[in-house]
Amino acid sequence: MISTLISLAVIFSQLSLLAFGGGNTILPEMQRQVVEVHQWMSAQDFSAMFALAQAAPGPNMMVVTLVGWHVAGWQGLLVTSIAKFGPSSVVTALALHAWERIKHKPWRSRVQAGLVPMTVGLVAASAALIAHASDREWILLAITLVGAWVVFKTKLHPLWVLAAGALIGLSGVGQS
Amino acid sequence: MSANIIDTLDIPATAPPPTSKDLFFALLGLGLIGFGGVLPLAHHMVVEKRRWLSEAEFTDMLGLCQFLPGGNIINLAVAIGMRFRGATGAIAALVGLIAAPSAIVVCLGIMYSRFDSPELRHMFAGMAAAAAGLLLATALKIAMPIRKKPLAIFIACLFFIAVAILRLPLLPTMLVLIPFSIAVTWKFSA
Repeated sequence: MISTLISLAVIFSQLSLLAFGGGNTILPEMQRQVVEVHQWMSAQDFSAMFALAQAAPGPNMMVVTLVGWHVAGWQGLLVTSIAKFGPSSVVTALALHAWERIKHKPWRSRVQAGLVPMTVGLVAASAALIAHASDREWILLAITLVGAWVVFKTKLHPLWVLAAGALIGLSGVGQS
Repeated sequence: MSANIIDTLDIPATAPPPTSKDLFFALLGLGLIGFGGVLPLAHHMVVEKRRWLSEAEFTDMLGLCQFLPGGNIINLAVAIGMRFRGATGAIAALVGLIAAPSAIVVCLGIMYSRFDSPELRHMFAGMAAAAAGLLLATALKIAMPIRKKPLAIFIACLFFIAVAILRLPLLPTMLVLIPFSIAVTWKFSA
């Protein structure tokens, strides 16, 4: 149990500091650690937990909390939350004063521009991995593609797309 | 923030600084109502409703939060708490923000693991497929600014291949590709 908690602490504090461009960029690494390296759950379970967390209110990285809870109960939840939200928060708190000095420096905007391709690639990778694990039937792939198109092209609230996906799934159409 | 004579005739741009308790409860409310993206709601609450920050201050602080690792909204809560009440404020804001969503996702998680039926499995499969679609839409949206920059698209593809197809660990991938990405973007934007 202690070794599991230590693993959770190490994995999620590293993820905390690597999450440039927001939480969605670290989803592939989180999945790799949780599913492939430690085999705490299946890829399908991970995708379902991610979807559950998206359906809940609040920040979009609540999947972290859910993973911690699933792996090691309340202790896991606590350790994972502190590891995921702690280190990046300390960096933010410390950077608050330095920001006044660096925000107008030319290198700041250039470094930030240089990080954009990474964010695009990593969020696309997150989409591919979640889809790969969950889209085992044509209907599910259709939900992914139509859902993406609707959210990209219209101003429809994402929650409606999640609800529609859940309802189409519940109907069982196209699923064995 | 010294107001001159003309300014005092108007409503002040910002309200008195919040206490740690104010921060906790304000962020708690935000965590409860923020479905599918808290940022627009955070802006409304911080700038318009409570007037803790001016529009310019909010934009500036958000710029910092986007630059640093971590979720934007998490960082924003920490930055606001830190600014008004130091470390105590930062912790109050952060815990306030994640308390309610944590409780809710655990309830959903208990539902997921306790009740196992074909219907529920089908429903969660449909939801996961939709969640993948949301991620895909996000990727498309953030790809729009680089859509006419072949080199940036090439670098995005390198990250995708390394992480999604080769399943390489993130840290070494970043150590190699980030300097490359920044160097290339720098050279071609100048």
